[in-house]
Amino acid sequence: MYAFKFHKPSSIEDAARLFSGADDARYLSGGHTLLPSMKLRLAGPSDIVDLSGIDSLKGIKVEGDKVVIGAGTRHNDVALSAEVRAAIPALADLAGGIGDFQVRNRGTIGGSIANADPSADYPAAIVGLGATVHTNKREIAGDDFFTGMFETALEDGEIVTAVSFPRPKRAAYMKFPNPASRYAVVGVMVAETASGMRVAVTGAAPSVFRIAEMEQALASNFSAEAIEGITVPADDLNSDMHAAADYRAHLVGVMAKRAIAKAAG
Amino acid sequence: MTGSGIGARVRRKEDKRFITGRGNYTDDINRHGQTHAVFLRSPHAHARIVSVDTKAAMAAGAVAVLTGKDVADAGINGLPCGWLIHNKDGSPMKEPVHPVIAFDRVRHVGDIIAMVIAETKNKARDLAELVDVDYEVLPAAVNAVEALKPGAPQVHDDVEGNLCYDWHLGEREPVDAAFAQAAHVTKLDVYNNRLAPNAMEPRAAIGEYDRASDEHTLYTTSQNPHVIRLLMGAFVLGLPEHKLRVVAPDVGGGFGSKIFHYAEEAAVTWASKVVGRPVKWTSDRSEAFISDAQGRDHHTHAELALDKDGRFLAFRVSTVANMGAYLSTFSTSIPTYLYATLLAGLYATPAIYAEVKAAFTNTVPVDAYRGAGRPEACFIVESIVDKAAHETGRDPAELRKLNLIPASAMPYQTPVALQYDSGDFVKNIDDALKVIDYDGFPARREASKKKGMLRGIGLSSYIEACGIAPSAVAGALGARAGLYESGEVRVHPTGSVTVFTGSHSHGQGHETTFAQIVCERLGVAIENVEVVHGDTAKIPFGMGTYGSRSLAVGGVALHNSLEKVIAKGRKIAAHMMEAAETDVEFKDGSFRVAGTDKSLGFGEIALQAYVPHNFPHDELEPGLDETSFYDPKNFTYPNGCHICEVEIDPETGVTRIERFVAVDDFGNIINPMIVEGQVHGGIMQGIGQALCEDCIYDEAGQLLTGSYMDYCMPKADMVPFYEVGTNVVPCTHNALGVKGAGEAGTIGAAAAVINAIRQATGVEDIQMPATSQRVWQAINASAAKAAA
Repeated sequence: MYAFKFHKPSSIEDAARLFSGADDARYLSGGHTLLPSMKLRLAGPSDIVDLSGIDSLKGIKVEGDKVVIGAGTRHNDVALSAEVRAAIPALADLAGGIGDFQVRNRGTIGGSIANADPSADYPAAIVGLGATVHTNKREIAGDDFFTGMFETALEDGEIVTAVSFPRPKRAAYMKFPNPASRYAVVGVMVAETASGMRVAVTGAAPSVFRIAEMEQALASNFSAEAIEGITVPADDLNSDMHAAADYRAHLVGVMAKRAIAKAAG
Repeated sequence: MTGSGIGARVRRKEDKRFITGRGNYTDDINRHGQTHAVFLRSPHAHARIVSVDTKAAMAAGAVAVLTGKDVADAGINGLPCGWLIHNKDGSPMKEPVHPVIAFDRVRHVGDIIAMVIAETKNKARDLAELVDVDYEVLPAAVNAVEALKPGAPQVHDDVEGNLCYDWHLGEREPVDAAFAQAAHVTKLDVYNNRLAPNAMEPRAAIGEYDRASDEHTLYTTSQNPHVIRLLMGAFVLGLPEHKLRVVAPDVGGGFGSKIFHYAEEAAVTWASKVVGRPVKWTSDRSEAFISDAQGRDHHTHAELALDKDGRFLAFRVSTVANMGAYLSTFSTSIPTYLYATLLAGLYATPAIYAEVKAAFTNTVPVDAYRGAGRPEACFIVESIVDKAAHETGRDPAELRKLNLIPASAMPYQTPVALQYDSGDFVKNIDDALKVIDYDGFPARREASKKKGMLRGIGLSSYIEACGIAPSAVAGALGARAGLYESGEVRVHPTGSVTVFTGSHSHGQGHETTFAQIVCERLGVAIENVEVVHGDTAKIPFGMGTYGSRSLAVGGVALHNSLEKVIAKGRKIAAHMMEAAETDVEFKDGSFRVAGTDKSLGFGEIALQAYVPHNFPHDELEPGLDETSFYDPKNFTYPNGCHICEVEIDPETGVTRIERFVAVDDFGNIINPMIVEGQVHGGIMQGIGQALCEDCIYDEAGQLLTGSYMDYCMPKADMVPFYEVGTNVVPCTHNALGVKGAGEAGTIGAAAAVINAIRQATGVEDIQMPATSQRVWQAINASAAKAAA
């Protein structure tokens, strides 16, 4: 690990100021990507701005038809929250399937989505549930948040403060984990929301994506049979030693059907 | 017997310190004034080193930067190989130099370019980045089969065609003749996947030099400190053994990977004298993936000839084994004498011929990994037997039983050099079939089918040659070492006992099991027995622990010393009680004059041994301290039957292990709980190989699975609770009747898993690891074939 300056501000304003005043700062939340990269000397930020001391980033609130989760909330706090479980069980399930218990005790929703790992689980929830991402500057629609592999709509220094999830009519997330890393080889969130059907896929492509054809099919018939025969082209999907593109394309269909079946109860 | 004697499920004495974080591993040791070393490693699989410039690192504050040139200038030799293999024509194998630090070429990713020594580890890392290396990258040989083809990149200039050796075992003519008569021939091609050993504790080493005494000390993560002292002292650094101490303190798992003498050990030992301060190095996990010797990596074609009744007539096997870039310490013996000699398996196949070519490649060296050659042999034998059963329409269990060596045939001489001493192989299978309810399988398969799942059951009957080895046999086969073991029993004046063993515990629980043997024999309480291992300054010369040998060789050495202690005690007792020595018997911790009520406890005799006020010194020496060296008469042959039942989701290809039954014959058992632990861990590693572990190199020789993000270790939630049992048939040729249990699980498990998957899918060509993608592809290909 290279030497760096460490800051632990207690307000979002201080954090943003420290970030912009440094040469090459990085925000630290759960640290699951940043710290291993630093240990491997693949990242060498001049300054680390630790967001874990900012109380306003933490916590879960249910406000009417919305579940608002502070960006610094740990995965296990979401997974084990009775309020989340009652309001959006698919979200609690998704959080409870991230990594392992140790990972869930450190990782945060804000850190996860800001990092935008193509195999992370949360992007499927952000897009699949039609969430809104709140930052220290604005609100960003979930559909617009992820712009590519490890790329988001966040500007340099912009801090995710919370994510609000509208309560869906029904939803389920099914994940095919990489047995080594437990990241999603394919993860599919299927939801019937106030604004329509959503089918969002993480893990399979460089960035989370929706499958319009499946959404249309579900609108008239919310059943696994409805999407029978609907496939995603393998050409656009990730292909690596763990899963070739054709296998991923196949798994998208399998996981989607299983998610639909689960959501349909 | 006390409650802690042989056969008792004694909780491990060592666990208190391990569980409470009080273990003393090499990295826990810090020496006064110590410096820290970081090894700069090649990022290329194969390159010419044009230049290495250390000036910037030195200017920035390095204590020293040592390169291949410094090693050469110091007259340091290459790392030795401990086993000489001869080619078919009798000529010796090729042994290219294995330099401690690469000099003009690097031959695998991870090959050492320079050793950077600094005040802190992080500083050494910073400085290592300042070492400027100019490489001329060369094409790499990666796959062993490809490496042997004409035109392949040459790993060593002095090894033509990358061929280390072309070796064989058995007689070819009778095999070929039997094939000509066969009613059926089953053929099989298998790649036995390369594995990274992944001991929980990464390797570490500290070199320390005492200028006043001219003594060197090496603290290292080793399974065999005396072997390291001998190899490093005599062959690499030229240090006399009385001035070299090697300490292998608590070691957190080895699985074979800590047998070998590694470059880093020699480098820190040498460097500590160069810089005049202790030098410490601890590997990180990324480094372990590219510097710990790896395991397996065999390409094999096998053919089995059967007569019309299903009896095996002959077996022939052709294997290409990947040695990696250099010959690691025992690398050459693994695909030969620890592999081909086990190709008879448990079967009375009358004629067997095996040939093995070993190839150099630009990959991490390959050497022993838990089972070492025997899992590869078992996998071939048990795979082809299953395939033969499927092809000839026989039940795999019945085909096995038809061909098993019966218990009545013991001792049994195989056509591939081994003589099995004991075992009841039919009973192993029958017991295991009963436990898993083999007859109920069709109903379970039907139930799975109703859920849309595929169900399969797979057998694997294994045998291994353990307790390595009789020195005479090993020597005749090319070993450059003897393979006895030592054990000293030091009885203290107050009757407590310290055992010094030449074997080494790195998770096996010697401190408990060896103490149990002492309890059993001397009648002392287990808390009054201490077992010391791992320090050449304390223990008698010993060969260490690998090949499931600790108990079968080291335990017997301990037993023999206990017998000597009792014999000496009897003399002392006879003197004390004024009886004839022949009238004194020892039982339950007391020496008694037969037929009288005169007796003395073991503690009283111990005290007299050290307070010999009226000993007849011409006849009776003071002291009670005995040492034995035991060289076994034969290998031991643990054997057993593993049965795995799987359920496969055809939509995803995911295999779930529903049940795993193991019935093992380890001979007599000292501590059943520890044995079960060994079996559980071994099976887990076998399942890991079968389902997920894989060292994947790309064409340039880069290890793609170099971290736990990509290298898949088996996890607890991948397996069911194992159902393990034993079928004890004591070893006939050692005093304890023991066979060894360390490797059995790994040897037997993989074939059982894969056979179950083969049966579930109906696809014979399932390669390891049977990842979900592979299984899914196999199911699809098979469905496509059926449709065509």
